[in-house]
Amino acid sequence: MRVVYILWLREVKKYLRSRTQIVASLGSPIMYLGVLGFGLGPVFQRAGEGSYLQFMAPGVIGMTVLFSSMFGGIALLWDRQFGFLKETLVAPVPRLWIMAGRTLGGATVATFQGLLIFAVSLVAGFRPVSVWALPAALGVLVLTAVVFAALGTAIGSTLKDMQGFQLVMNFMVMPIFFLSGALYPLANLPKALAVLTRVDPLTYGVDGVRGALSGITHFGISWDFGALAFVAVLLLGVGAWRFSKIEI
Amino acid sequence: MIKVENLVKRFGELTAVDDVSFEVRRGEVFAFLGPNGAGKTTTIKMLTTLLRPTSGRVELDGLDPVAKRDEVRKRFGVVFQDPSLDQELTAWENMEIHGVLYGVPRKVRRERAEELLKLFELWERRDALVKTFSGGMRRRLEIARGLLHTPKVLFLDEPTLGLDPQSRNQMWTHVKKLNVSDQVTVFLTTHYMDEAERVADRISVIDHGRIVATGSPAELKERTQTDSLEGAFLALTGTTIRDETAGSADAMRQMARMWSGRQK
Ligand SMILES: Nc1ncnc2c1ncn2[C@@H]1O[C@H](COP(=O)(O)OP(=O)(O)O)[C@@H](O)[C@H]1O
Ligand SMILES: [Mg+2]
Repeated sequence: MRVVYILWLREVKKYLRSRTQIVASLGSPIMYLGVLGFGLGPVFQRAGEGSYLQFMAPGVIGMTVLFSSMFGGIALLWDRQFGFLKETLVAPVPRLWIMAGRTLGGATVATFQGLLIFAVSLVAGFRPVSVWALPAALGVLVLTAVVFAALGTAIGSTLKDMQGFQLVMNFMVMPIFFLSGALYPLANLPKALAVLTRVDPLTYGVDGVRGALSGITHFGISWDFGALAFVAVLLLGVGAWRFSKIEI
Repeated sequence: MIKVENLVKRFGELTAVDDVSFEVRRGEVFAFLGPNGAGKTTTIKMLTTLLRPTSGRVELDGLDPVAKRDEVRKRFGVVFQDPSLDQELTAWENMEIHGVLYGVPRKVRRERAEELLKLFELWERRDALVKTFSGGMRRRLEIARGLLHTPKVLFLDEPTLGLDPQSRNQMWTHVKKLNVSDQVTVFLTTHYMDEAERVADRISVIDHGRIVATGSPAELKERTQTDSLEGAFLALTGTTIRDETAGSADAMRQMARMWSGRQK
């Protein structure tokens, strides 16, 4: 347990130390909030869907968690060849503990990042429907972070080089974001798109946070919770398995 | 302390380690000397439980690294060819994490970390981030860290690569000191002849995955009728230049260098 804790602490410490990186990583979410939030606002309103900012702020929070947790996991690829990972992999402890410490640390950092964007969206004018909704939103956020940190670990353990990293960014992370309904409502989508959005785990993360904070939900929060918990367990299993297969 | 018999490692078609046998005695400093791609790192990886041998027998302190993995891991410390410190953490934090990973009790861990950091002249800089350290300091920290759990064997894979003569000299002085005071067996690889000659009790010259000669520096010189270890080495391995195959690891190494340059 001490091993899991110290590796978790390592991730959190490093995060808190990297001030410039934190600021930099907030750039694109803020741009989405500002430009899309205010730019598409009038159209959205005219379509009778209410305030776009209320609608998309949870989506941008979800996006932040997605990027942050996936990056944390994929950074493993880096660490594996030229960093600290080797030191942990020759230690006399089960790999599962190492994977758990790392992944939970990454998920914690991603949750922080999500909360930070939540704070930014409050400044931009976003208003949660009630204070009571906050714990539910936090719960969904944590689960979402675990899902993608585990997925990132699985990918980071599997990739061989940096070209693979580009591929994952373009053909995995971006589609996960765009298919999640972070930016548009899930109702009345074309059939193919509707199917794709439903297999995207981020869809449930965004829908859950939106349900809690804005009172707009497509599936219902408990369904979102269930779906995320299921995928989290599944991906933690896959991540642990891929991690156990790393050769250095 | 280490016993290797008919060890073979194949990567697909390539035989990286080809029927290697040698023995390292307790308390000895033993060097693997060989050109790039000779199979030094691959051998170390098999001895340190990171790779499974294709065939052959390995024993470390009487234990098989495949069957008794965690027991074996507690018995050695290792400094890899590529750095494995966490640069975003301090020297002290790197030591702490290592101690926890190896289950060293807190009190012992702190005392021994202090002792080792002082020995390797890093104590004043213990709270500085590793990324602010010079190459020599990083290498010293890695050695100090590898010794924290009082291992019986210390593996050093090209520990002085890229260091200036002063740092190299200082590092070997410390290693030699520990070898004598704590009776730590040292297994090192290098392609600097002068180093091998200075610190090693015995040397195996390895080339194309095969051991071509084993003996003390004096014996090797005598056997090849040469008057320097460099002469002996060239007589044993020939004078053709080996290009290390530029695999994906090399490409990443290049990028890693670029990155660490940018961070400074
Ligand atoms: N994981 C691997 N897959 C394929 N080939 C490898 C791998 N690791 C090492 N090799 C090859 O095995 C040979 C020996 O490499 P290595 O043990 O690193 O040599 P040295 O450390 O003596 O320079 C080289 O030809 C190298 O390219
Ligand atoms: Mg090598």
